[in-house]
Amino acid sequence: MSLVDLANPSRFLKFANRALPWLGGVTVIAFAFGLNQAMGAPDDYQQGATVKIMFLHVPSAWLGMLAWGIMSIAALGTLVWRHPLADVAAKAAAPIGAAFTLLCLVTGSLWGRPEWGTYWVWDARLTSELVLFLLYLGVIALWRTVEDPSRAARAAAILTLVGAVDLPIIKFSVDWWNTLHQGASVFRLGGSTIYPTILMPLLVMAVAFTLLFVTLHIAAMRNEILRRRVRTLRLMQAQATS
Amino acid sequence: MRLSASNLACHRGGREVFAGVSFAVAAGEVLAVTGRNGAGKSSLLRTVVGLVRVAQGSLTLEGCDPELTIAEQAHYLGHQDALKPSLSVAENLKFWAGFLGRKAADIAAALAAVGLDSLADLPAAYLSAGQRRRLSIARLVAVKRPIWLLDEPMSTLDAAAQDRLGGLMRAHLAEGGLILAATHGPLGLPATRELRLDEVGGASAQPSASQQWGAETKLS
Amino acid sequence: MTSLGALLIRDMRLAVRVGGGALIGVLFFLVVVTLVPFAVGPDLALLKRIGPAVLWLAALLASLLALDRLFAVDHEDGSLDLLLMSKTPLELVVAVKGVAHWLTTGLPLVVAAPLIGLLLNLDAAAQAGLVLTLLVGTPALTFIGMIGAAIAVALRRGGLLLAVLVLPLTVPVLIFGVAAANAVLLGAAPFGTPFTILCALSLASLVVGPFAAAAALRQEIE
Repeated sequence: MSLVDLANPSRFLKFANRALPWLGGVTVIAFAFGLNQAMGAPDDYQQGATVKIMFLHVPSAWLGMLAWGIMSIAALGTLVWRHPLADVAAKAAAPIGAAFTLLCLVTGSLWGRPEWGTYWVWDARLTSELVLFLLYLGVIALWRTVEDPSRAARAAAILTLVGAVDLPIIKFSVDWWNTLHQGASVFRLGGSTIYPTILMPLLVMAVAFTLLFVTLHIAAMRNEILRRRVRTLRLMQAQATS
Repeated sequence: MRLSASNLACHRGGREVFAGVSFAVAAGEVLAVTGRNGAGKSSLLRTVVGLVRVAQGSLTLEGCDPELTIAEQAHYLGHQDALKPSLSVAENLKFWAGFLGRKAADIAAALAAVGLDSLADLPAAYLSAGQRRRLSIARLVAVKRPIWLLDEPMSTLDAAAQDRLGGLMRAHLAEGGLILAATHGPLGLPATRELRLDEVGGASAQPSASQQWGAETKLS
Repeated sequence: MTSLGALLIRDMRLAVRVGGGALIGVLFFLVVVTLVPFAVGPDLALLKRIGPAVLWLAALLASLLALDRLFAVDHEDGSLDLLLMSKTPLELVVAVKGVAHWLTTGLPLVVAAPLIGLLLNLDAAAQAGLVLTLLVGTPALTFIGMIGAAIAVALRRGGLLLAVLVLPLTVPVLIFGVAAANAVLLGAAPFGTPFTILCALSLASLVVGPFAAAAALRQEIE
């Protein structure tokens, strides 16, 4: 089965139904392995055990950005090729990306509480992550506001691409903004180099998170395709009744 | 029961829409309000239900519950369907039945009467213009009221739906209701009398206060 | 009573369905608060000091944002004609629409306020004071705002006009809401006095709002 075949929604459904149990199983194994490794990683000599939050925090930050990347590619598919499966991929990715970004923000502020003495600081990295979260919520709100999925898809695709162009600028300007106001309020983690004992579990966790994302994304795409089929059937029912 | 108007006049935006309109409709009767576009057919119906203020003349209803106004005993079917696209067909009807009626109404029977029973769970957004119109008409069936004020009731309906509405109107008349309908075409009902708004005097018959004032300023 | 119950359920359902604005107000609230540190700088001490004022301003704008469609949608689809004809007094109909609107847009703001307060470094006591003032004060914003919504019902650019009409009327609510919230934060002034006045303003608007809005709707719909 080639990728082109998967572009057909029916084939995609077949593929999703067959692949999902396997993907789910592999994800569970990867998490079991990764969490085990993470628990075994040494504590930081300054931060103690709280440093282990990193194994959730960093991968979810990556995934939060990866999901926007996937949405952007799907947006190109929507706008250039007008492919319905691209709409579905974009719509399904948004809530998952938002969830990972929220996880990143929550773990970050739980991590920050013992380190900085407060749940939130307007640090450049946290702030751009918050802006990313807001953009996700905006896209989700747009999907929820327009009833016709193909119209919503085009609007959301434009917003996603503008966001993709704007995100680096936001990141850059937030960095610049924060350094301008350097002073008592800027907190930074010590720029410690990462030891292999920490790097390995981190990479395993990143793989596990990516697998989780893929599993959730395929499941969400399947649900969205089924939801659209129901919608089409009901529209046909309304038309058939004179 | 008898609904009558004497020497009714209506002004909108400083312009006289109609004046000197008198009519009387009794139980079991239909009054078809006809006239060219802009003659004031819609305004007359809206005046009767109190959505437009009576500029002159009077409206009386005899032989009904004296506690209730005309509007509270009338169904008004306007140009718009008063439906919410995100609610289902049944939810839309259930709301109006709950809001307008005091008793629990038979939603399923009312939907069946307009032929929408198979679409009850669909969002109203999926309906065609004719289906939306029929869902609006289902409100008249679900909640019993003696007076029906219909503004172009046959518009957007196909032949089968027009027949069905004709049947509903005949049943309403047989139960002792009365109908006031603004229309261009024939309603196909017995005991139909016609009120031609062109003839009873449009804007030209009797200049209103504002028009007189306008004429004076022109002269001076 | 069943009429009003049916109306309350319908309006709340519409708010949470596709195209309803239930959570967009909260999102707007969050975005506005996020923008403030970019404008004033990431100084947590300063943000904490102005936190209640920022949250109150954002809540005020978010409440007004969703209000312009309160009667306009019903006017456009003809529902308002039927609501006007009803035996149920228009004042009660309008009040119930206001309650439904507050439950779907005002109450979520109150619930979200503590989370957003975290971003501005507000401590637990200040959070509690803020939530309490918003809980008591946001109904006043909805019920004052509905007067503007009723006046602007038939206008095309109603949203902007609504803000211009209503914002000056909300000045007292803002003054006493922020004063009460700041009293908790700073501990300098008593909390009770501004809070009681805020309660009084809310109660008064619950009465004045529906009467004025109903009068405006009767005038506008001709």
